[in-house]
Amino acid sequence: MKSAVIVFPASNCDRDAATALEQMTGTKTLMVWHQDSDLPEVDLVVLPGGFSYGDYLRCGAMANQSKIMGAIKAHAGRGGAVLGICNGFQVLTESGLLPGALMRNAGLKFICKQVGLSVEETQSAFTRKYDKGQTISLPVAHGEGNYYADDATLDRLEGDGRVMFRYQDNPNGSARNIAGILNEKRNVLGLMPHPERVVDPLTGGTDGRGLFQSLIETLS
Amino acid sequence: MKARVFVTLKNGVLDPQGKAIGHALNGLGFASVGEVRQGKVIDLELSETDTGKAKAALKDMCEKLLANTVIEKYEIELK
Repeated sequence: MKSAVIVFPASNCDRDAATALEQMTGTKTLMVWHQDSDLPEVDLVVLPGGFSYGDYLRCGAMANQSKIMGAIKAHAGRGGAVLGICNGFQVLTESGLLPGALMRNAGLKFICKQVGLSVEETQSAFTRKYDKGQTISLPVAHGEGNYYADDATLDRLEGDGRVMFRYQDNPNGSARNIAGILNEKRNVLGLMPHPERVVDPLTGGTDGRGLFQSLIETLS
Repeated sequence: MKARVFVTLKNGVLDPQGKAIGHALNGLGFASVGEVRQGKVIDLELSETDTGKAKAALKDMCEKLLANTVIEKYEIELK
């Protein structure tokens, strides 16, 4: 599986994502600067966590205007896999590649801790190596992870089996405990927790591995 | 021409910052304060002189960048 990680100004999980991918795939991950207009030939594009453009205006709003987004939309349009983690999820909702929006945490505080998640769906390139209903523990680190969408959109997400992860103990006020969702074509995933931080026991766990193993099995 | 754009959360969208401001005002003794909603003000200078064109351009700016219409609404004021 060939992968690329997008680097926006003030991305700060870009190298974590690349390290996790390289460890899992054994191949080099390409780093792509936000001002590039083309993507290299890859199977997976990752939009990493961080504070792109200092979260100016709204989280992800400025990153969505950057040059590389055109190529990412085209890649997604062709059915290419896109993974948005944390700030990457915020960029994906701003771009319209995923529905809804991520708002300020209901408790107004930045939350940095390990959370329990339920894997809701395994019918996807991102979650097939997990068991349906499995509990995993991933870290979250965000101030704006409160997922919002209107009721019709939430019903549609649930009806289509596109809610992939739910918080077991909702930390941020997210609608229907949603932690991660898929687009309609099931090739774009956005989630607030950080699977790339838990692929090595040295850094606190391995529950994030399943996501990368799923992608490798699907895309290699 | 100068313009002012107000961006606020749509009715029905929870505004935790507004709530916290309301609680703080109550704590300061402003007992009459009920619901508080907060938002953003964006001031822009435009070289456009035609009011209609300026309004149309501002609407476009709000839809494309200044507001996230999933959660926010906007109002435009020309000065």
